[in-house]
Amino acid sequence: MNTEHVGIGLARFSDWAFTSSVVVLVAALLLLAVELAYSRGRKVESRELVGAATAATFGSGAATAATFGSGAATAATFGSGATVGADSATPGVVAAEPTRPLDERVGKAGLALVYVGIGFLLACIVLRGLATTRVPWGNMYEFINLTCFSGLIAAAVMLRRPQYRALWVFVLVPVLILLTVSGRWLYTNAAPVMPALQSYWLPIHVSVVSLGSGVFLVAGVASILFLLKMSPLGAPDTEGALTRIVARLPDAQTLDRIAYRTTIFAFPVFGFGVIFGAIWAEEAWGRYWGWDPKETVSFIAWVSYAAYLHARSTAGWRDKKAAWINVVGFVAMVFNLFFINLVTVGLHSYAGVG
Amino acid sequence: MRRLLAYARNTWRTLTSMGTALVLLFLLALGAIPGALLPQRSLNEFKVEQYIAEHPTIGPWLDRLQAFEVFSSFWFTAIYVLLFISLVGCLTPRLIEHARSLRATPVAAPRNLSRLPKHHTAEVSGGADAVAAVVSDHLRGWRRTARKDGEVTEISAEKGYLREFGNIVFHFSLLGLLVAVAAGKLFGYEGNVIVIADSGPGFCSASPAAFDSFRAGNTVDGTSLYPICLRVNDFHAHYLPSGQATSFSADIDYQAGSDLNTDSWRPYRLKVNEPLRVGGDRVYLQGHGYAPTFTVTFPDRQTRTQTLQFRPEDQITLLSSGAMRFDPPGGSYPDPDERRKNQIAIQGLFAPTEQLQGTLLSSSFPALNNPAVAVDIYKGDTGLDTGLPQSLFSLDPKLIDQKRLTKKARVNLRAGQETRLDDGTVVRFDNAVPFINVQVSHDPAQVWVLVFALTMMAGLLVSLVVRRRRVWVRLTPAGPGTVSVELGGLARTDNSGWGDEFDRLARRLLADVPGAPAVRREGHMNTQREAKADRA
Repeated sequence: MNTEHVGIGLARFSDWAFTSSVVVLVAALLLLAVELAYSRGRKVESRELVGAATAATFGSGAATAATFGSGAATAATFGSGATVGADSATPGVVAAEPTRPLDERVGKAGLALVYVGIGFLLACIVLRGLATTRVPWGNMYEFINLTCFSGLIAAAVMLRRPQYRALWVFVLVPVLILLTVSGRWLYTNAAPVMPALQSYWLPIHVSVVSLGSGVFLVAGVASILFLLKMSPLGAPDTEGALTRIVARLPDAQTLDRIAYRTTIFAFPVFGFGVIFGAIWAEEAWGRYWGWDPKETVSFIAWVSYAAYLHARSTAGWRDKKAAWINVVGFVAMVFNLFFINLVTVGLHSYAGVG
Repeated sequence: MRRLLAYARNTWRTLTSMGTALVLLFLLALGAIPGALLPQRSLNEFKVEQYIAEHPTIGPWLDRLQAFEVFSSFWFTAIYVLLFISLVGCLTPRLIEHARSLRATPVAAPRNLSRLPKHHTAEVSGGADAVAAVVSDHLRGWRRTARKDGEVTEISAEKGYLREFGNIVFHFSLLGLLVAVAAGKLFGYEGNVIVIADSGPGFCSASPAAFDSFRAGNTVDGTSLYPICLRVNDFHAHYLPSGQATSFSADIDYQAGSDLNTDSWRPYRLKVNEPLRVGGDRVYLQGHGYAPTFTVTFPDRQTRTQTLQFRPEDQITLLSSGAMRFDPPGGSYPDPDERRKNQIAIQGLFAPTEQLQGTLLSSSFPALNNPAVAVDIYKGDTGLDTGLPQSLFSLDPKLIDQKRLTKKARVNLRAGQETRLDDGTVVRFDNAVPFINVQVSHDPAQVWVLVFALTMMAGLLVSLVVRRRRVWVRLTPAGPGTVSVELGGLARTDNSGWGDEFDRLARRLLADVPGAPAVRREGHMNTQREAKADRA
């Protein structure tokens, strides 16, 4: 219906890019999950050594995957992988391994697909923006896409070391849930935004909040995995399928560090997002803060993350309690995204499905 | 007495401890949850009443617990006041400590530097003093001091003081923020008023009575509001074919300050997101709707015309409902009682773009394309003389039940159409004009809220980015022309990554020292990372 000011062709390409992104990310999730479930228990050192050298080949792997699909991608990555032994800095440690185990190849193909999926999501967002000639975060569908993109980028930065590849599974699961919800139930036709959103604060406020939310997602996942690792499931001498998977995750300290680093990045970013929102609210709604449901839950999330940072520097709160607080913050963010926009009625409701 | 003092001291210590602050933070987050889940009086009074009516058991209890005014409730106030007391109690000693540490020299080196988690030793050629000068030079930007004990020279260096500074700025800014918000609530006010866009008299914000609704802080008695007068010439709205709005703007004239004395008007285009800022106050375009115009021609040929806002019932199509009351002209009835019993009242729906299902009126589009009304016309006593307040948008149903108002007609009218009642009275629907909902806001402290929010974020960033580090260098002459260098370091905050950082620092410190061997690195993790970096 909304044909005015909208490039229909571009909007359609954007939708295709969205679908492609979801499909590719699902395939990536499957491959990475296969690796996580079937990889033999290798020693951490050897995994690290092999991984460090192959990091550089991911780029090319991703490119091939785009053209040939997943099968070709695996083959392509392995061609270059064979050179590992040669450029290892410490000869003698690496046992020359002419072929990689299958599970590792599958995992690498999965990771390559993740990057392809991120590329498609970026294309989806950019094409939306071009189609509507405005910033592509004017409704819930677009906001969730951008948040997922931020989360994926944050994960790509934080999990760039090969030994963290197993963590991608746990990042992709919530991201795919979010993308499915946004594409299936919150999809909105490309259209100009309503007058209340026509402000230069839209690009600033929403993108900053989205970036913060996406990075908090990675922090939340890391904290949940940290708690899993600290739970009886993470004990080395217990048996069971879940235990084996938990055992393949990086050690608790690493998970904790990922959670902390992402949180101290996202905390000020989200704080600025809220402040920009307050400045915009003063301009649009007549007051900078009015305890609108969205504002209230943002406040709750921010206070939770502040509590997390304080807990991290308080004796007796450092490990599990702090991680639980981080998970509470994550729950508040998710709650803010869905419940507040879709169930309650507040001033932020127009960002919903209407 | 002593026990009482001890008790007070313990209470104070508990209150200002980090654990308590954490619990209070947690309570603050928890306490805010009902504010998001339950309807709040400050946002929507009507919804609160509805909620209480729907939940007869729990509703009144929640009301007693102030769950419908969470953010002004006694318990929420108690939480944040305690939190801020705890904050001040915790931060004031730290502020004093920090001020002291700014003047203090870095602490002397521990006796055995090799016991530190990160340390390094090297043998370099050169005199102890020359090496000390080079090392000290490399520590520029650190607070450093050199101590000489016989042959041995020790350099202590410390950096990252800004971290604590940022931390303190952050927390005291929070305090400032709270004070500024409270000041705004005490001295501020905001009022809403509907102004019809017909270049009419408009309104002046000189008194609370000029507003349809007015909310003010405790110190505002309404006698010294900043006067702004405005009138609305025109209102424009643009819509997509789907009915979604793409722009709202109102052409207004306003006067404030000295303009009021000279009666000169200034034009302004008021838009959503573009409030009028004048004299520290703000005027907002908050909403819009339509005000239909009806003309009643009484049996004696006298006419009365009225334009009155209807309340939008559907925000998308702007189908609106409302009521109007007409008094017969003076002199047409000899007796005031008789005159009162012959008032005309109109109640019904207004659609900016008519869509009819039979005679059932709805609106298909929010623009004023094909205005129509579906109204009931009553004759009788509208009840306005009773002095009892009535809704602007509906007639008092009791008057209808008591037959003091009797329905004379139910009609659908388009613009310009009229209907004739039995007694010869003619009711005509002339047309409609838009009205806008204007809000005037006054908050003298909001700029301070912004200032404190920004210093808060600046302090936060500094406290997250800056890291506290201590290093010690001990130089001991180890023979003719050679010096033994011992380096030790301590990360006082943010341990992660300190290993690499120390290695880099150690290399840098000894970079220009002649004959310094390359710094050995420990642990295979580091080796990996360095190897990668070297390759890159």
